[in-house]
Amino acid sequence: MLNLHKSEFWRSFRVATWLGWQIESNWADPLLFVIYSIVKPLASASILVVMYGIITNSNFQNPLFPYIYLGNAFYIYVGAVMGGVSWAVIDDREHYKTLKYMYVAPIKIPVYLLGRGVARFLTGSISVFITILAGVVFLKVPIVLQQINWPLFFLSLLIGIVMLAMMGLLLGSITLLLVHHSFGIAEGVAGALYLFSGAIFPLEVLPAWLRPVGFAMPITYWLELLRRSLVGNVAQAFPTLAGFSNLDLFGILVVLSVAFGILAIYAFRWCDYRARERGLIDRVTNY
Amino acid sequence: MSPLAIETRKLGRIYKIRGNKKEKNVRKELAALSDVGIQIEQGELFGLLGPNGAGKTTLIKILTTLLAPSTGEAFVAGYNVLNEPQHVRPRINMVSGGESSGYGLLTVRENLWMFSQFYGMPSREANQRIVDLLKLVGLGDRINTKSSDLSTGLRQKMNIVRGFMTDPEVLFLDEPTLGLDVGASRDVRHLIRGWLDDDKKRTLLLTTHYMVEAEELCDRVAIINQGRVLACDSPSVLKRRLQEDILFEIKTSPLNGLSAQAIEDLPEVHTASLTEMEDGALLKLALVEESALGPVINALTDKNITIMSLNKHEHSLEDVFVQLVGHSIAEAEKGSQDE
Ligand SMILES: Nc1ncnc2c1ncn2[C@@H]1O[C@H](COP(=O)(O)OP(=O)(O)O)[C@@H](O)[C@H]1O
Ligand SMILES: [Mg+2]
Repeated sequence: MLNLHKSEFWRSFRVATWLGWQIESNWADPLLFVIYSIVKPLASASILVVMYGIITNSNFQNPLFPYIYLGNAFYIYVGAVMGGVSWAVIDDREHYKTLKYMYVAPIKIPVYLLGRGVARFLTGSISVFITILAGVVFLKVPIVLQQINWPLFFLSLLIGIVMLAMMGLLLGSITLLLVHHSFGIAEGVAGALYLFSGAIFPLEVLPAWLRPVGFAMPITYWLELLRRSLVGNVAQAFPTLAGFSNLDLFGILVVLSVAFGILAIYAFRWCDYRARERGLIDRVTNY
Repeated sequence: MSPLAIETRKLGRIYKIRGNKKEKNVRKELAALSDVGIQIEQGELFGLLGPNGAGKTTLIKILTTLLAPSTGEAFVAGYNVLNEPQHVRPRINMVSGGESSGYGLLTVRENLWMFSQFYGMPSREANQRIVDLLKLVGLGDRINTKSSDLSTGLRQKMNIVRGFMTDPEVLFLDEPTLGLDVGASRDVRHLIRGWLDDDKKRTLLLTTHYMVEAEELCDRVAIINQGRVLACDSPSVLKRRLQEDILFEIKTSPLNGLSAQAIEDLPEVHTASLTEMEDGALLKLALVEESALGPVINALTDKNITIMSLNKHEHSLEDVFVQLVGHSIAEAEKGSQDE
C-alpha cells in the first residue's frame, strides 16, 4: 500500500487534470459554452479592432494591426492558465470545501494545482484558435500557412504554457494566504500584465520607469515569439524587441520561465507553511 | 514495540483574532488548546468529548497536518505532524461532519473514485470498496447520482465513505454524526465499530458532543473543555472514578419504626436516608460494597417490611462531565451561544 512516493507526482497531476476537465467541460448547456469560449473572446477582440480602426483611421495594413490582434488573442491563455491554476485554490477552498481533504491526501498540492490548470489550457485553446481564425478570415491578419515557423510556434507555446502555469502557482500560493477579497486577484494580475507585457502595444508606449516591468515578464518574450512564428518579419519590424534574434528571445523566455518557476516553488513552500500556521487551509469567507 | 498511533506532548494552539471595527488594532489571543497530552494506542477507538468550542476540531486539524501547533508536539503513526506531513498523510484520512463538501457536478462514485486515485488505490479495488461501503451506509442505490442532488445528510455519508475507503492506519472523524438522523447515525456507528473490529491495527479518533455516542462507542474517552483535557480513560473507569459508592433506591411498605440510623449502622453502608411517602417509604443507600445490600434487606424483612422496588442508580458520562466541568454539556453549549 505504501508504494506511494514514486508515483505521487504523476498521480497528483493525472487526477487533477481529470477533475479539471470534468469541471471545465461541465457545460450543462452548450449555449453557455458557446458564449463563454467563443462569443466572449470574439467580442473583446472586436472592441479592440473597433478602437484600432478609429485611432488609425482603419489602417489595417499597418504591421501594428497583426501585432495587436495576435497579442490579444494569445493573451487569452494568460487568463485561462494562470488564472485557472490560482482559481483552483479558491474554488476548492470556498466552493467545494475540499481543499483540506486534498491537503490531507498524499498528493503534491502544487502539482495538483498545475493539473487543474491543464483543462483551462484546452478550453482556452478553442478561444484562441477561433479568435485567430476570425482575424485571418475577416480582417486579413497576414498569416500564411506555408510561412509559419511551426517548430518555433509549438516550442514557444509549450514553454509558455508551463511558464503561465508556474505564474499561476505563484498567484495560487499568495491566494492561500488571502482569505478575504481573494476572488479578484487572478483577474487583477492578468489585467495589469496585459498592459505591461506588450500584448496590445509596444513597451515604448509605457513611461520609461514602467518599462522594466515589461522586460522582466516572460510573457513579453513569449508573445513576441508567437507573433514571429506566425507572421515572421511583420512582427520583427517592431522596435521593442527587434534587436533580438529568435534564439535570443527563446533563451530569455526559457531563463525567465525557469526563474519564475523556482520562485513559484519557493513561494508555495513559504505560503503553505504560513497558511498552516494561521489555519487558513480550510478557512471559508463568511459573508 | 509498535509506536503509539497518536501522541501529543504539551500541545497548545493559540488563535490570534483581530478585533472588530471599533477595536481594529486590538489583537486578542484565544487559547483553543492548552497543554494537551494524550496517548492513543494502535487499535483504539478513542473519543474526544466536549461542548462546542472545546477545541476538538482544532486538535483534529493539528493531527491531520492542516494546522500548526503553537506549542508542544504531536505525532501520528510515529511521525511529527508539523515537520513530516509527507509521512503522516499517506497513513491517515479525515472526515468532518456537519458540512457538505464534494464536487457537486460529479456522481457519488466519481467523487469517491477520484479520492481513491489520490491515494494510489488500484482502480478496480477502489470501485469494489466504494460499492461495498456505500451499501453498508445505505447509499447503494445512489452511486450514480450527482452529489449535488444528494441531501446534506447523504452527502455526509458519502464523505464518511471517503474516509473509510482508503483504509487508513489512523482515521479521524470530526463529529461524524452531526446533523444525521437517528437511523443514519446508527448506520455510521455500526460502520465505525465494524471497521475497527475487522483489523486490530486500525485506530480511530472521533470527536463528539453526544454523551451517549462516546459512552456506547469508544474504548477510551478524553473529556475536553475550554482547550484542556480534564480526564481520559475508558467510560466505565471514568464513571467508577466518579464516586466510589454504589447507589440503591428501595421503595418499601411503611417502616414499622425502623430508623435510618439503624441501617447506617450496618457494616459497609456509607449513608442511608429515609423519606416517608404516602403508602410507604423511599430508602436511599450509598454502599461501600454491593454485598452490603444483603444485610440491609434482611434488616427490612426482619421488621416485616415489604420491598416494592429496588433500583441501582447507574452513573453516566454526563455525571462525569458535570462533576469535572461543573455543569452539563447542554448548559456549556447554551453558555457559549450566549456570548
Ligand atoms: N480559525 C480560527 N480563528 C480564531 N478562532 C478560532 C478559529 N478556529 C477555532 N477558533 C476558536 O477556538 C475554539 C475552539 O474551536 P474548535 O476547535 O472548533 O472547537 P470544537 O471543535 O470543540 O467545537 C473556539 O473558541 C473557536 O471559536
Ligand atoms: Mg468542531
